[in-house]
Amino acid sequence: MDLIKVAENAFAVEKKDLPNFGAGDTITVHYKIKEGSKERIQDYRGVVLQIKGEGTKKTFTVRKISNNIGVERIFPMFSPFIDSIELNKKGVVRRKRIFYLRKLTGKKARIKEKRI
Amino acid sequence: MAGLIGKKIGMTSVFSVEGKNIPCTVIEAGPCVVTQVKTAKTDGYDAVQLGFSEKKEKHTTKPEMGHFKKAGTTPKSHVVEFRDAEGEFKPGDQVTLSVINEEGWVDVCGISKGKGFQGVVKRYNFHGVGDATHGQKDRLRAPGSLGASSYPSRVFKGMRMAGRMGGERKTIQNLKVLKIIPESNVIVVKGSIPGCKGSTVIINQ
Repeated sequence: MDLIKVAENAFAVEKKDLPNFGAGDTITVHYKIKEGSKERIQDYRGVVLQIKGEGTKKTFTVRKISNNIGVERIFPMFSPFIDSIELNKKGVVRRKRIFYLRKLTGKKARIKEKRI
Repeated sequence: MAGLIGKKIGMTSVFSVEGKNIPCTVIEAGPCVVTQVKTAKTDGYDAVQLGFSEKKEKHTTKPEMGHFKKAGTTPKSHVVEFRDAEGEFKPGDQVTLSVINEEGWVDVCGISKGKGFQGVVKRYNFHGVGDATHGQKDRLRAPGSLGASSYPSRVFKGMRMAGRMGGERKTIQNLKVLKIIPESNVIVVKGSIPGCKGSTVIINQ
């Protein structure tokens, strides 16, 4: 595993300042989108379901309800297309991976907010 | 031609300058030791024999030991010959990743993972007998017909059927070299290579 880290570090670009978030938190991902030669930034706001992987392979899943349809998107943590991440709410959850949220709708699908 | 012996470390993925996520394999290659130099005059062809990875003297046979002693090295567990190598080599020389050009392509050779006894769908990418209806039952992954009937009245040699899969020597050609890190003897190539983690691979350029 050690030599894999050596290889990953050799490719590393300077790390962006991402907030410290985990499952249950509500975040907004500002994602760069290329259309032809133009570049714009799209916001994607939702609840983090899980953080997975390590090193450069780390990804996180964000779930949101769009027009009554659940949408999940997986972002690579160190993708150069992530402009910035905003931490909107800290949630209180007991699990590291909160897949039970997929089955819940309406009032049940709320997550208690952590007051700091 | 330049070559090295190495060990597959594993796979990872990195981001390119354009932001693409590229799958890549990390190989620990070398340092190898020249154990013999063959020339057209003495052996009929030009080649360099390289040794890689230490092994204990008690696991080395006496004839092998003599061979390594002649080259002035410790016993090596893997010995591979590379034909028509460029450059001057002497027995006992160290060969490192400097022989491989960073802006180029390599072929990587190794022993693929053994899959055991497999059917034709996995082994040869047959499509199976497709339908669940039209008189078919329980043969979604069957090979289908093996050939005609009264003529030739036999199954042709080489007909692809179920059997042992994997565990054989495979070469993947034209893998792009993404990076060479000489201080830790690491080469990173784009894509996958045969074998499991820790298996020995041969890199040719």
